Amino acid sequence: MSDSKPGSGAGPRPDADVAVQTCPVSGEGGPPPVERPTVTDWRTDWDHLGPRWRDDPFPIWDKLREGPIARTERFEGAWLPTRYEDVKAIAYDTDNFTSRRVVLRHRKFEDPPLPAPPLTSDPPDHKEHKRVLLPFFTPEEVGKLEPLARRICNALIDGFIADHRCDAAQQYARHIPVRIIAYMLGVPIRDSHLFIRWIHEILEIGNVDDEINRNGIKAMRDYFRHHIALRKEGRTEADPDGPEPDLIRAMMDGSLNGVPFEENHVLGTLNLLMVAGIDTTWSAIGASILHLGRHPDDRRRLIEQPELMPTAIEELLRAYSPVTMAREVRKDVELRGCPMKKGEMVLLSFPAANRDPAVFPDADKVVLDRRENRHVAFGLGIHRCVGSNLARMELRVAIEEWLKRIPDYRVDGEVRWSDGSVRGPRILPVAFA
Amino acid sequence: MKVRVDPYRCEGHSRCHSLAPELFELDDFGNATAVGDGAVPPGMEDRARLAAANCPEHAVEIVEDAG
Repeated sequence: MSDSKPGSGAGPRPDADVAVQTCPVSGEGGPPPVERPTVTDWRTDWDHLGPRWRDDPFPIWDKLREGPIARTERFEGAWLPTRYEDVKAIAYDTDNFTSRRVVLRHRKFEDPPLPAPPLTSDPPDHKEHKRVLLPFFTPEEVGKLEPLARRICNALIDGFIADHRCDAAQQYARHIPVRIIAYMLGVPIRDSHLFIRWIHEILEIGNVDDEINRNGIKAMRDYFRHHIALRKEGRTEADPDGPEPDLIRAMMDGSLNGVPFEENHVLGTLNLLMVAGIDTTWSAIGASILHLGRHPDDRRRLIEQPELMPTAIEELLRAYSPVTMAREVRKDVELRGCPMKKGEMVLLSFPAANRDPAVFPDADKVVLDRRENRHVAFGLGIHRCVGSNLARMELRVAIEEWLKRIPDYRVDGEVRWSDGSVRGPRILPVAFA
Repeated sequence: MKVRVDPYRCEGHSRCHSLAPELFELDDFGNATAVGDGAVPPGMEDRARLAAANCPEHAVEIVEDAG
């Protein structure tokens, strides 16, 4: 890894291959509307896949924080903690809550189609499943990718700046993390549109459509199988300037107690790296551009006081946390008087925890220089997001480069938010001089 | 003033390192430890407190000088 040299070489690869491909599924006005029964009482019948939650979840969480942990009979029975303390207690309690399933589905698969270590791993194996990945994602390693990230951002801006308007989600935010993770994995950037499609199939419509979910996972798995097979023949389609080893090679060489990782483990982790790093950071970048477009005071302040960037990035991550995870109750347990039964699911809303006024004064206000900010946008405990440093770097660079070239802009049109458990703008029209 | 990182609580968020790189260093897996014996140079006390106030795991401890 120490040989990775993303900043070197004048080759026209990752950052130049910027023809913005239209995603065949989510590129046209977002995913198809999903018909769902209307929620009548959020305390007993909540639904995070409906339009009210999608468009404005904050008042829902505020209301729910006042009462016991909310319950729904949807998803075969599930709970929804919205207080910071409850989310924290569950994240730390790996004895009573397993990560075997981390997404709420309309009905559970008998066996999850593909485990995604370390996300779906529990102690004691979790530690080694994560350890193989961690060296790739330290601030130091991620820092080496910063020049590449800046080139990608600028190449994207070059593509639309003359139009005086763009869709900041579709033409900008969406393309940044996918190109960087492709580079780190060791697969061609030109395949980015495939990854975006699979993610949409797996994480958005796949939550309510089993066949689409399975097909998306299968396609991704076949894709990585192909790239593993190439490496076994001594070939690769990785960027010649890319890291050595890349993440595919590292997983192929990974082992637990001297036993090489099984194929399912390798493929599951590679799928996870692809899925987890793309629409999450895309969402954070889009939500931040949206916020700064609607709050010109914050925007000007950030331009005039760039030293605020470190706290500002954390604050934007707190206020617009994209990621909600889930846990499965491993054995009957009571939490704050709520009887949670084995096999039921818990939606672990980090975004709701991050808006808890008991922990964050003025929780609904974005305070760019907020001092105390123990936000949990990347989770808590052993499942802390492995890519958090990468996401943070990508978000910072994406905002910095955008503000350098488009310091003055406004949101100009209807914003459309994602469906599913990753929240961010999917359509974000902006206009600028 | 001294800073200390509880190795059992640290999960490698690296927020302390990003806010106060002079005071915290990271190992190859991203877990933090205090630089040297954790002594906070004069003028860095505020940064030390900021780092502690941003650790989601409450792993960063501040030890104030006696007196």
